[in-house]
Amino acid sequence: MSHTTSRRGLLFGTAAVSAGALLTACTSNDTKDDKTAANNQPAADDKPGKHVTIGFAGPQADHGWLNAINDNAKNRAKKYSDVSLEVTEGSNDTAQQIGQIETLINKKVDVLVVLPADGKALTQVGLKAMRAGIPVINLDRIFNSAQAYRCYIGGDNYGMGLNAGRYIGEKLKDKPNARVVELAGLDNLELTKQRTQGFDDALKNYPNIQKVARQAAEFTVESGQAKMAQLLQAQSKFDALWNHDDDQGVGALRAIQQAGRDDFLMVGGAGALSAFQAIKQDDGVLKATVLYPPTMAASAIDLARALGQAKGVGGLAEFEIPASITLYSAVVDKTNVDQYMSTGFR
Amino acid sequence: MTQPVSPPRDTAGKIPPVGRLTPWRALPARADVRTLSLLGVLAALVVIGGITKPDEFLDTRNLQLVLTQASVIGVVTVGMTFVITSGGIDLSVGAIVALASVWATTVATQEYGFAGILFTAMLVGLGCGLVNGLLIAYGGMVPFIATLAMLASARGLALQITDGRTQIVSIDSVLKLGERDSYVLGIPPLVLVFALVTIAGWLALNRTTFGRRSVAVGGNAEAARLAGIDVRRQRLYLYLLSGLCCGIAAFLLIVLSGSGQNTNGNLYELDAIAAAIIGGTLLSGGRGTITGSVLGVLIFTTITNIFALNNLQSDVQQIAKGAIIVAAVLVQRRTASTN
Repeated sequence: MSHTTSRRGLLFGTAAVSAGALLTACTSNDTKDDKTAANNQPAADDKPGKHVTIGFAGPQADHGWLNAINDNAKNRAKKYSDVSLEVTEGSNDTAQQIGQIETLINKKVDVLVVLPADGKALTQVGLKAMRAGIPVINLDRIFNSAQAYRCYIGGDNYGMGLNAGRYIGEKLKDKPNARVVELAGLDNLELTKQRTQGFDDALKNYPNIQKVARQAAEFTVESGQAKMAQLLQAQSKFDALWNHDDDQGVGALRAIQQAGRDDFLMVGGAGALSAFQAIKQDDGVLKATVLYPPTMAASAIDLARALGQAKGVGGLAEFEIPASITLYSAVVDKTNVDQYMSTGFR
Repeated sequence: MTQPVSPPRDTAGKIPPVGRLTPWRALPARADVRTLSLLGVLAALVVIGGITKPDEFLDTRNLQLVLTQASVIGVVTVGMTFVITSGGIDLSVGAIVALASVWATTVATQEYGFAGILFTAMLVGLGCGLVNGLLIAYGGMVPFIATLAMLASARGLALQITDGRTQIVSIDSVLKLGERDSYVLGIPPLVLVFALVTIAGWLALNRTTFGRRSVAVGGNAEAARLAGIDVRRQRLYLYLLSGLCCGIAAFLLIVLSGSGQNTNGNLYELDAIAAAIIGGTLLSGGRGTITGSVLGVLIFTTITNIFALNNLQSDVQQIAKGAIIVAAVLVQRRTASTN
């Protein structure tokens, strides 16, 4: 496995450094010549333009959020009469996903949107696509090399933690010796570490708040229930809880209900429909959730279409779409939940 | 297999005396030592928990919590113990729990209420067990491969049913069962089910011909066949039993988490095998102990509980879990050989 990768690395690495970037830059500029002034022709424009075939490759949708990613991409593509979408069977197997993307390259799609099962492991195939003149929109899990994509769009895990910490901090800032508990996601993922780091950094601004406990669940309802039950037993009194993920939050809320506790405020993460509904009803501990919006997949389709039609992004002065977009992790609470309700995933 | 006609061994690997067994005298000393050493480990854990977190650990609510969390995997482990005792293995238990729990929580099933959910969960478990059993007993497949195939397909089917979504249960009577109001004399209903399954399993393994046949098939299948046991039918029954246990566990998990999800039962196969092995069941078959398995489950659950109460993170928990499996097996070997 590593042997093949390194051989590929040798093959593509040098090629990509010299020619790859230049080549792709050229191809994307070539088609651009006939259309100018992105200012006047924004991508957000719904008017049909040049037909674009977009190849979409994502991981297996075994989690509510990933399922929402697929739905967002498909529905967005359906909206445009000038876009046809080629979706691969989702896979968590790196080798399989590489094969699927290579198939899309051979089919000569105009633009690729790739949410890698593992960003680092799929860098090479990203490079290959770019080398073949197919611009790549890298969705959420970033490739190792900026040469492997034309545009990156993804969520902000650190910012998610930061905003959760800020929201809780502001709610508790007048409370002396406030105690906070964290129910993290899968601990062997880098994104979990980033979320926790952001959360801790935000809480540092509030010297009256102390994080007294942290346990990691596994993004599943079952683990959320189990870990939350333990946390509740370990901490007989605390003021706020941040749960990284609304899917495991279903289990966490069940444990809270089973323990008969309602003496703290809870903030969720990701933006599931069930969380939005609970926030709107406002009859439980869940008061807010920090977004990690699956709508990024819809935006990726917009970007891919803009790229295929050589347009820029509406509302920005640039002729080109950006090289990198990091989404904002907005806090959704009772005041703005209606606005986000339609984006909630099941 | 080298001694084709050696008589089947009993639960401690000794040759059972011919004639009627007196129940209590039949329990050999070696099994007692093994059980005692497990009880010793559990007692040591209770001391550690009591010292590090006296208020939180030594608390009725915590006892209820530990036993509740042991219930789901505990029921699975009872079924697994039978399968391992007979010389087999069931790698599909986690996947069956997942499939049963999502099948029993679809919108269509929930229309039939409490009974619909309960029966669907058990039927799906039995169905998967039936397929496993037929493939292994009559199809001649190696248990490892047959149940590995079931693991893959059941997980796949579970994902197909849910589409990756969490299926929330809206039947009040099901949800209530997992809440404090339903406790019977302070005992959560889930724990009662676990206790019933354990007692039934203990009786079946130690006091019935079914149990003796299971041990005999695991000790020496050829000898068992020559002794007149229908080995294939026995194997079919054993995988059916394991499937049924998974179905019951799936129902308990639905009650506990108030939902069904295709990620349910993640790595249950390993947890159940580990608990059975540290309990003293022989992985090669021919010896099995329900008491040991249940103690194994309780040890693991108590460790998880103590670690969580002390706010230790999952990396440390996993390292400790591995170390304890090794230590427990080594200690048992020593006690078994010195006895």
